[in-house]
Amino acid sequence: MTVASTDHSSAANLSIARRLADGGLIGALAIVVIGAIGYYLFPNNLALLTRMTAIALLVLSLDLVTGYCGVATLGHAALFGAGAYGAGIAAAHFGISEPLTMTLVGALTGSAAGLVSGVVILRAHGLAQLVLSIAVIHLFHEAANKASAWTGGSDGLSGIMPEAVFGLFEFDLWGQTAYIYGLVLLTVVFVALRILVRSPFGMLARGVREDRIRITAMGASVNSVLLRMYVISGAVAGIGGALSAISTQVVGLDSLSFTLSAEALVMLVLGGTGSLYGAMIGTMVFMWFEDTLSAINPFHWLTIIGALLVAVVLFAPKGLYGSTAGFVSRLRRGRG
Amino acid sequence: MQTVFSIAVDALAYGMVLFVISIGLSVTMGLMRVVNLAHGAFAMIGGYLASYAARDLGLGYAAGILVAVVGTVIIAIPIERLLYRRLYGATELTQVLMTIGITFCVIGITNFIFGPTLKTIPLPPALQGSVDLGFRSIAAHRLFAIVCGLIVAAALWFLIERTAFGIRLRAAVDNAAMAAALGVRTEIVYAVSFAVAIGLAALGGVLGAELLPVEPYYALRYMVTFLVVVSVGGAGSIPGALLACLLLGAIDTTGRYLAPEYGEFFFYLAVIVIVTLFPRGLLGRSK
Repeated sequence: MTVASTDHSSAANLSIARRLADGGLIGALAIVVIGAIGYYLFPNNLALLTRMTAIALLVLSLDLVTGYCGVATLGHAALFGAGAYGAGIAAAHFGISEPLTMTLVGALTGSAAGLVSGVVILRAHGLAQLVLSIAVIHLFHEAANKASAWTGGSDGLSGIMPEAVFGLFEFDLWGQTAYIYGLVLLTVVFVALRILVRSPFGMLARGVREDRIRITAMGASVNSVLLRMYVISGAVAGIGGALSAISTQVVGLDSLSFTLSAEALVMLVLGGTGSLYGAMIGTMVFMWFEDTLSAINPFHWLTIIGALLVAVVLFAPKGLYGSTAGFVSRLRRGRG
Repeated sequence: MQTVFSIAVDALAYGMVLFVISIGLSVTMGLMRVVNLAHGAFAMIGGYLASYAARDLGLGYAAGILVAVVGTVIIAIPIERLLYRRLYGATELTQVLMTIGITFCVIGITNFIFGPTLKTIPLPPALQGSVDLGFRSIAAHRLFAIVCGLIVAAALWFLIERTAFGIRLRAAVDNAAMAAALGVRTEIVYAVSFAVAIGLAALGGVLGAELLPVEPYYALRYMVTFLVVVSVGGAGSIPGALLACLLLGAIDTTGRYLAPEYGEFFFYLAVIVIVTLFPRGLLGRSK
C-alpha cells in the first residue's frame, strides 16, 4: 500500500491488472490456453474434451447454488438433462437445428427446470432438502422415461442433426467444431458468471450462505435470492446440456440420473466449492481420472475416487483449488 | 382380490425388509446427526458375506446370517473409529460426501474381492415353499421377512423403552451435551448403537436378498431408498420408521403392480408430497 501511494503510475497499472484478473480475463485466458493444449495433445479424444466442457458447465451451475448459496443438492442433473432434452427435442421434433438457437432453447428449458426444482427443493432444509433434491431428479428421470414419444425413453433421443454454426462451420466427424463451440460457450459463461458472483446479487447470495437470519433482518428475501440463483443456475446447466446434445447428437436418460448429480457434486468438492476455478479444475481432474482408470477396471476407479473423496473431505476441505490457493497465500504472507 | 392380496403381502414383506435395514440408519441419524449414505453399503457387505458363507462355503442360511451380522459389525468398527468420528457436528455436505466416498470404496473393494456378478443366498428348504394360511398360501420367505421385521421392531422397542441402555440412548438423542454432563458416557452409547445399526443393516441385507438382489451397485441403487425412508419417518423415531416403511412399501409395490411403466414415479411423487407437508418426517420431533 505504501508503494501504491508513492508511485502513481505503477499503482494504476496494478489496479488495472487486478481488475482484469478479477473480471475473469485470466480465467478466460486459462480456459482458452488449456483448451488449445488439449486440442493439440489429444486430437483423437476431442469427444471426451467436449464432454468435459459440457460437464464443467453443469458443475459451474451446481457451484452457484451449492458453493455460493450453501444449498446442498443431489439432484442438479435435472437442470442439465432438461437443457439436453430441450435442445434435443427442439432439433428432433421441431426442426430447430441451428446450434445457437438450440443452445438458447437449452438454456430456457434448463432455467424452467431450475425454477421447478428450486421451488420444490427450497421448501425444506437439511436432510429433508437433500431427500427432496433426490426425489426431484428421480421424478424427472421417470417422467422422461415415460414420455418416450418425445424423449425416446430408454433408447435415448436420436435424430439430432445440428446445422453448421453461422452456416460456416460444419460439425465434423472428429468433433473439432463441437469442441471449439463448447470452449467458446464455456469461456463466455465463465466471464458472465464471474461478473455475476462479484455483483451485489452475488454478494447477497454469499450472505445467504453465511447467515440467513442476518440477511432476512437486512430486509432481503432469502427465498427469492435462492430461487433467482436457481433459475440462473438452470440456464447455465441447460447450456451444458444443450452442448452435450449438439456434440453427441443423442440425449440419453443418463443425463437425468442421480449418478450424474452425485458425480457433479463430487467434482465440485474435489475442485473446491465457492470458486468458479475450483469447479472447473474438479471437473477436469475427475473426468480425466475416470477416463484413464475406468478403462482399466471400473471398480478400481470407484475405489480410488471414493478414497480421494474421503481424503479431500478429511485433509483438504476446501478442495484442490481452495487448498492450493490457501497454501500459496500463506506462503506469501510468510515471506512478506 | 387375488391381486390385492398379493400386493398386500409383497408390500408388507418389502416394507419390513426396508424397516430392518433403515431403522438403524434412523436411530444413528437421530442420535449422531450424521447423514449416512453408506448405510446401504453395510447391508451390501452383509449380503455378500452371507452369500459367501452360505453358498460358497456351504454353511447354510442360519450360519450365513450370523457371519453376515458379525462380520459386517467387525468391518464397520474401524470405519466408525477412523472416519465417522470426524463427521459428528460437520455440515451436511461434508457428511454426504464422506459417506458417498465410503460407499464408492466399499463397492469397489467388494467387487474386487467377490467379483462383479449377482450373488444369491440359497434359502433353506423350510423357506423355499409356501405356507398355507387356510384361505391363501404365501411364499414362506415373505412370511419369514415379515416375522423378522416384527421381531426386530418389538426387540428395539423393548431395548429403547424398557432398559437402562434405552434411557441413556433417548437422553443422548434429546440432548447429547446434557446427557454427557449427567454422566452418560455418550461415546459408548454412540458406539453400541452404531454397531446395532450396522448389524441390523447386514441382517436386512440378507433377509431382503430376494426382494433387493445383492449385486455390485446395491449400495448405490438403494442408498436413496433408505435415506428417503428415514426422512419420511422422521430421524430417530422407530414408530415413524415403521410407518414410513409400510407406507412407502405399499406405494412402491402398488405402483409396480398396477402401473409398472411409470417405474418409481409415484414413489418419489409421494416422497415429495410427504416431505413438503412434514419437513421433520411423519413422526419426527419438532424442534
